[in-house]
Amino acid sequence: MSISVQSTAVDGTSRQESGARLWAMVLHARELPLFSIGLLLLFVITGIFGDFISPHDPLRTNLRAVLLPPFWEETGTATYLLGTDHLGRDILSRLICGAGVSIEVGFSVIIVAGLLGTLVALLSGYIGGRIDAALMRLCDIVLSMPYLMVAIVLAAVLGPSKENIIIILIVLGWASYARVLRGEVLRVKEGDFIRLAVIAGASPVRIMFRHIFPNIVNTLIILATLQLGMVIITEASLSFLGLGVPVPEPAWGSMCAEGRGYIYDAWWIAFWPGVAIMLVVLSCNFLGDWLRIRLDPKFRQI
Amino acid sequence: MTEELLAVRDLKKHFPVTKGIIFMKEIGAIKAVDGVNFTVNRGETFGLVGESGCGKTTTAKLILLMERITGGTIHYKGRDISLLRGSELKSHRGSVQAVFQDPFSSLSPRMRVKDIIAEPIVVSVNAPSKTAVKEKIAELLQLVGLRKDAGDLYPHEFSGGQRQRIAIARALAPDPDLIVLDEPVSGLDVSIRAQIMNLLRDIQDRLGISYLLIAHDLPVVQHMSTWVGVMYLGTLVEIAGSEELNENPVHPYTKALLSAALPHHPAHIREEIILPGEVPTPFNPPEACKFHPRCFRARDICSSVPPLFRDIGGGHFVACHFIDDLRKI
Amino acid sequence: MKMKPILEVKNLRTYFYTRRGVVKAVDGVSYELGEGETLGLVGESGCGKSISCFSIIRLVPAPAGVIVGGEILFGGSDLLLKSEEEMDRIRGAEISMILQDPMTSLNPLFTIGDQVAEPLQIHQKLKGEGLREKVREMLNLVRIPSPEVRMKEYPHQMSGGMRQRIVGGMVLACRPKILIADEPTTSLDVTIQAQFLRLLKEIQHTSNLSMIIVTHDFGIVAKACDRVAVMYAGKIVEMAGTVELFDNPEHPYTAALMKSLPKAGMRQNRLYAIEGQPPDLRTLDSGCSFAPRCPRAMEICRKEYPPRVEINDGHTLSCWLRKGEVLND
Repeated sequence: MSISVQSTAVDGTSRQESGARLWAMVLHARELPLFSIGLLLLFVITGIFGDFISPHDPLRTNLRAVLLPPFWEETGTATYLLGTDHLGRDILSRLICGAGVSIEVGFSVIIVAGLLGTLVALLSGYIGGRIDAALMRLCDIVLSMPYLMVAIVLAAVLGPSKENIIIILIVLGWASYARVLRGEVLRVKEGDFIRLAVIAGASPVRIMFRHIFPNIVNTLIILATLQLGMVIITEASLSFLGLGVPVPEPAWGSMCAEGRGYIYDAWWIAFWPGVAIMLVVLSCNFLGDWLRIRLDPKFRQI
Repeated sequence: MTEELLAVRDLKKHFPVTKGIIFMKEIGAIKAVDGVNFTVNRGETFGLVGESGCGKTTTAKLILLMERITGGTIHYKGRDISLLRGSELKSHRGSVQAVFQDPFSSLSPRMRVKDIIAEPIVVSVNAPSKTAVKEKIAELLQLVGLRKDAGDLYPHEFSGGQRQRIAIARALAPDPDLIVLDEPVSGLDVSIRAQIMNLLRDIQDRLGISYLLIAHDLPVVQHMSTWVGVMYLGTLVEIAGSEELNENPVHPYTKALLSAALPHHPAHIREEIILPGEVPTPFNPPEACKFHPRCFRARDICSSVPPLFRDIGGGHFVACHFIDDLRKI
Repeated sequence: MKMKPILEVKNLRTYFYTRRGVVKAVDGVSYELGEGETLGLVGESGCGKSISCFSIIRLVPAPAGVIVGGEILFGGSDLLLKSEEEMDRIRGAEISMILQDPMTSLNPLFTIGDQVAEPLQIHQKLKGEGLREKVREMLNLVRIPSPEVRMKEYPHQMSGGMRQRIVGGMVLACRPKILIADEPTTSLDVTIQAQFLRLLKEIQHTSNLSMIIVTHDFGIVAKACDRVAVMYAGKIVEMAGTVELFDNPEHPYTAALMKSLPKAGMRQNRLYAIEGQPPDLRTLDSGCSFAPRCPRAMEICRKEYPPRVEINDGHTLSCWLRKGEVLND
């Protein structure tokens, strides 16, 4: 009997104080992380339907309303709930549309890099031998490169565009999936059911995709969730440095960069996108941790 | 009238051991299987018994063509299967099936039971139609004593004994003539073992298939097998009919093994033959008779001349220099 | 023959609080262990035999497992009321435990000498030459050849049997009064198992040790135990002297289990098989937990758990089929 899952009390309901429960929810990620799921849902929905929900055109400048503070400040107005930037653009609208950019980059990168990494892991782990050695050395090379610096150099060489960012992050991102998943493949491969599949006459392709893949999907999902936050941060960093999504398209990173010069006079320009990045990344990490505990067979049973 | 189904002759499997990183020098070999001879007849069970490291599992792997042999032959239905490659190998697969010890690791956790059972048929060279497969699954589930709707469930919804039934159904799917049973009941609870042993015997009676049973538990092997082979350090030291082995064991190692078996009643505790030391590793094992360093009968000849594996009558084979002396005891 | 009990377990209950319900792993277990006596606790996996032993030394996996009731009297006081510090002094020094797996019972990073020395340093505060002398003595006791050399070696340099003997040396180093052995020979080979059991018995005779052997194997009971308690679903269903139990198994579960074992050298046609599966400990009702599998179950068996009755001197069982003097505990 494994011993890692916390017990609930005798009658099945928890007698903990609600404050302690919240704390446990955030820290131990044992209960369903409603906070993270809610926030990520909000993020995805605003990202997809951004054009319809944003109160203003995120690109339209209004020079009569520059540097307006959020509505609760003395000079703020309800028209621009979170204030305006130095060109009079509505920050809330830009934030909403910026979510779309983050989602586009984030999801395309984790999906493509994840699939690529899985394929490499399957080939490397199951076939083994020289293929394994070659792929893993490649993996080592990618993983040993200073991530952000290489991304900056590549972005500078390829030129700033959304597509280029996606390509760069895929090129740098697959290796971490491949590394971790290869270990999983090696573990799953030792199962008797793989030996029995060989005896039954199943082909290597069938064994890889029908037998091994379904057993590493959990790990893949956990990794992807954790990587999503990482990708969003990297994209924001590149945009912050002017190497990411080109202006004027709103991206959280470039919004922070624009607000940097006004940080003493108009804190809200950089503040809101910063908060947005932090919350989304934090949610990804919480959700990832929770999934790890729920999906990991070592933690699952008692 | 017995018909030979599987004939293993002088089977060898050596794993080379190398030293050094750049100039790899072979310094010896792990002789996991070192000259094994036995025959499995149609409709019978041949049991291989021995302690861990004696090579019984490697022998099974060689017969299942999961490892390449180092020497010898494996004739199945009169054809040497040890050299099959490519498409010939693919069409041979399926005709020898296996059931392993651990019922939890034997079934793909993410596949439905019906897909697990059907796999050996689905992947075969001439796969039957979907309806035929479906009928076959229903028939197999009934044969192993599971409910019809069990096919739609996942393995984790079953207990150990039921999972072993699923594994047996899967092994039977391609209508094999031989099933290798590698410790089929030692991963199960005591009260479930009898169920599975009975099931295996019933299936054999009904379908006339043969088993190669590998186990460390002597009573289980003797109960299940027609013939029993005793392995020690990669070689067979004795083969005899199940009852004959129990009543007239000849080889000193067999005698020791029998005497160490646990009694089934406190009044039946046998006088133990105490073997000095432990089983040596199969890496560069003792010369000639491999048992001589621990044998209570060992003489000079044992360390210089390997004993012949001789038939002493009625299919009772023994590899020992002192057969005549030992039979009198 | 009434022996002075050294350990008395009274109505012990250990539950596991899991997300999917309360598992009553040990539910009202009572027994006595006499001085110098060997008690066998037999049962299938999940019947609570191991957990009841972990409860004695208060090492139930926390936080899910909780000892919810009962008394464990050792040397006149209740172990369940002791503080953690007091338990630390008792564990290893007065009550010791051997676990099933000799591979994980030893720390791979320390030498054999260091590991055998550890309990002596903690409990007897030995140092220097005195400590070394004692370690050598313990290794001699468990028949480790050339202990002087072996002391400086690491666990991976030893075979499984030797490791289990070293574990034996470790737990016996402080001369405990009680040794609890949880499946001590399950992972060992047949001949090594016999060696180890004999070693335990010899040490027991020379040092008047009391032992509890937890096992699923009636063979080990027949060979090594004076008295047996058979457990099923968290309760002791039958308890008797070993010979008495083997001669007259009265509880249907005990009787069926014994009938289901293959006997060495007898190729019976079918084994007696107990139908069904062991129950889920989360969903037990008020009746006898064996009733759903019992061929002789009656109306009352499904409604009410049978009281413990004494049918012979020292032979107790819980079954409605037998009338006897009701024991209330």
